[in-house]
Amino acid sequence: MTDYRQKYKMTPVVGWLLNDRGGMTLLAILIAAAILVPVGNLLVPESSAFHVPTWMVSLLGKYLCYALLALSVDLIWGFCGILSLGHGAFFALGGYAMGMYLMRQIGDRGVYGDPILPDFMVFLNWKELPWYWYGFDMFWFAIVMAMFVPGLLAFVFGFLAFRSRVTGVYLSIITQAMTYALLLAFFRNDMGFGGNNGLTDFKDLLGFSLQSDGTRAGLFVASCVFLGLCYIVARGITQSRLGKVLIAIRDAESRVRFTGYRVEYYKLFVFTVSAVMAGIAGALYVPQVGIINPGEFAPALSIEIVIWVAVGGRGTLYGAVLGAFIVNYAKTFFTGVMPDFWLFFLGGLFIAVTLFLPKGVIGAVPAFGAADRQSLFTTWRKRVAERRANEGGKA
Amino acid sequence: MSEAAVIETGASDEPQVKSARAETILYVDGVSVTFDGFRALNNLSFYVEPGELRAIIGPNGAGKTTMMDIITGKTRPDTGDVLFKSEIDLTKMDEAEIANLGIGRKFQKPTVFESHTVFDNLLLACSGGRGVFQALFHRLSDAEKIRIEKTLITIMLEDKRDEMAANLSHGQKQWLEIGMLLMQEPELLLVDEPVAGMTDSETEETAKLLRSIAKDRSVVVVEHDMEFVRDLDCKVTVLHEGSVLAEGRLDHVQKDPRVIEVYLGR
Repeated sequence: MTDYRQKYKMTPVVGWLLNDRGGMTLLAILIAAAILVPVGNLLVPESSAFHVPTWMVSLLGKYLCYALLALSVDLIWGFCGILSLGHGAFFALGGYAMGMYLMRQIGDRGVYGDPILPDFMVFLNWKELPWYWYGFDMFWFAIVMAMFVPGLLAFVFGFLAFRSRVTGVYLSIITQAMTYALLLAFFRNDMGFGGNNGLTDFKDLLGFSLQSDGTRAGLFVASCVFLGLCYIVARGITQSRLGKVLIAIRDAESRVRFTGYRVEYYKLFVFTVSAVMAGIAGALYVPQVGIINPGEFAPALSIEIVIWVAVGGRGTLYGAVLGAFIVNYAKTFFTGVMPDFWLFFLGGLFIAVTLFLPKGVIGAVPAFGAADRQSLFTTWRKRVAERRANEGGKA
Repeated sequence: MSEAAVIETGASDEPQVKSARAETILYVDGVSVTFDGFRALNNLSFYVEPGELRAIIGPNGAGKTTMMDIITGKTRPDTGDVLFKSEIDLTKMDEAEIANLGIGRKFQKPTVFESHTVFDNLLLACSGGRGVFQALFHRLSDAEKIRIEKTLITIMLEDKRDEMAANLSHGQKQWLEIGMLLMQEPELLLVDEPVAGMTDSETEETAKLLRSIAKDRSVVVVEHDMEFVRDLDCKVTVLHEGSVLAEGRLDHVQKDPRVIEVYLGR
C-alpha cells in the first residue's frame, strides 16, 4: 500500500485515514447509513420496497451503540492488552446519566404527576430529590456526566489497579467484580436509581418525543456520528507514538518500563478514554431502547462484548465494529427464531473463532488481513500438526 | 565492613575501594536480599568506574540476575546501598525513574517489541519525553531520524529497517535490544547474557559491538560464556552464592583455587 503520508506530507489525520482501508470503509458506510436510513424511513413511502421501517432504525441504532462499546474495548484490549470484563459498567453508567435526564424531562406527566420527583421516588415516599439528581434537568449536564462519571470511575479504578501492577487475568477478574458490585448496588431501591426496574417510561428528549420517527432517525444519525468520531479518535491514539507505546506494553511490558516509560500512566490514559467512549455509547443507547436497568451491569454482558471484539478481529478497531454487528444480528435472529439455542450458538461461535479465526472475521478477509495471513485450511493443518507433535513428544 | 568481602585477586593496579567511591558510576555496598528464606544476595559489594567495561560471571544461582534487578529497581534490597554516580540512591526508585537517570538494561531473553518494525523499536527507545501527552502529540523530528539511522548502522540492521522485529533472527533481536539501549543514551548499560544462543560469528560481532559501546559509557556484562568474556578483554567479577568470590583480570581469577572449585568442583 502506498504510504500517503510520506507521499503528500499531509496532516496526520488525513494521512492515517488514507492509509487505513478498513477505517475508510467503515466511515464511508457510516456516512451512507446516516443519510440513507433516515431518508428511507422518513421520505420513502411505506409502500415502497426501499422504505426502512422505524423498528429497523432503532435496531440499527442499538447495534451502533454496541459497536461503539466494542470499539472502546478493542482500544484497550487489542492495543494495550488490558482485558476488561467489566466494560458494561461504564456503558451502563453513561446510560443511567442519560436516563436521569430523560426521567426529569417527564416532569408532571408521570403517573403520580409530581413535577420534580420521578415516579419511583414518589412510590418510595421520598419527599425531595436526592442531591445527585440535581442538574440532570439540563441536557448538557447529563451529557457531561455520561462521560465524566464513567471516566472518573475508570480513572480511580485504573489508578489503583495499574499502580499495584495488577495485570492479566487478575485485572479481568477485578473488573468483573467491579461491574458485579455496581449491579448489586443499583438493584437497591435506596440508591435512588429506580432499583430493580431502573429508569423507564421516558417521554421526550430536548422537547422531541422519543416515540416519533423523526427523533428516532435523529438518534440514529447521532449514533453514526459518534461512532465515526470515536473511531477517528481511537485511530489517532493508536497511530501516535503513544499508540506505539501501548502496543509495546501489550507485547513486552517490562521492556517498556526499563525503557523509561511509566506504564501505569499509559494504561490509565487509554483505560479512561475507553471508559468515556463506553459512557457515550450508553448515553446513546438508552433513549433508543427506552429503558436502563441494573441488568446492564451483569457480568455476562461484559463478557459478551469481548466476544464481539474477538469475532470481529481484535486490534483493528473496525473489526470490533463488524463483530458487534455480526454477533448482535445473530442474537436478534436466534432469540427470535429459537431463543433456547442462542447461548449454545454464542459459545460455539467463540470456540470456532478462537480455533479457526484467531484474527477474527476481519483477519479472514484478504483485503484487510495482515500481510502474513494464512488460509484457514493452512492454519488448521498447522495446528493439528503441532498438536500431534506435542502428543508424540509426551508419549 | 563489607569491603572485606571483596577479595582482590592479582590486579594490583586497582585502587582501594574506599577512595574509588568518589568517582564510581555504580557503587554497590553490602547488599543482601532474601526471597522466602533463600538468600539470593549476601552482602554483595562491588563498584564500577566511569567508562569501564566489566564482566560478571558465576555459576547458576550465583545472584547475577537478582543483582541486575536490584540495580534497575525491579527488586528492593533488604539491606545495603546502591549508588549511581556516587550520590544517587537507586534503592528508592522504580524502573522508569532509573531508566531515565541513564541506566539501560538488556534482558537475558531478547525482549524487543515484536509487533513493531525495527525502526519503531528504536524510535520508542529514543531518549526524550516519556510523558503520555508528549507521546500522544509527538512527531518524528529530523534529529531523531538521523540518530535512529546511525544506530541502525551501529547494530548492523540498516537493511532490516522496516522489518517487523518478530521476523528477526535470535542474534539480530539481541542486537536490536542493544540498539534500543543505545537510543536511551545511558551512562551505564547492564547487559544480561548477550550471546546466549548466538552463533560463533554473531558472538564475535557482539563482543566487538560491546567493546565499541564501552568507549563512551560504562558497561556491565553478565555472561556464562568464557570465550566471550575473554573476547571482551576486561576486568571480571566472579559471583558465588550472592557475594563476590574474586575480582580481577580473567587469567588471574581463572587461577584462583576458589573459582576453580566453584566452577569445576561440582
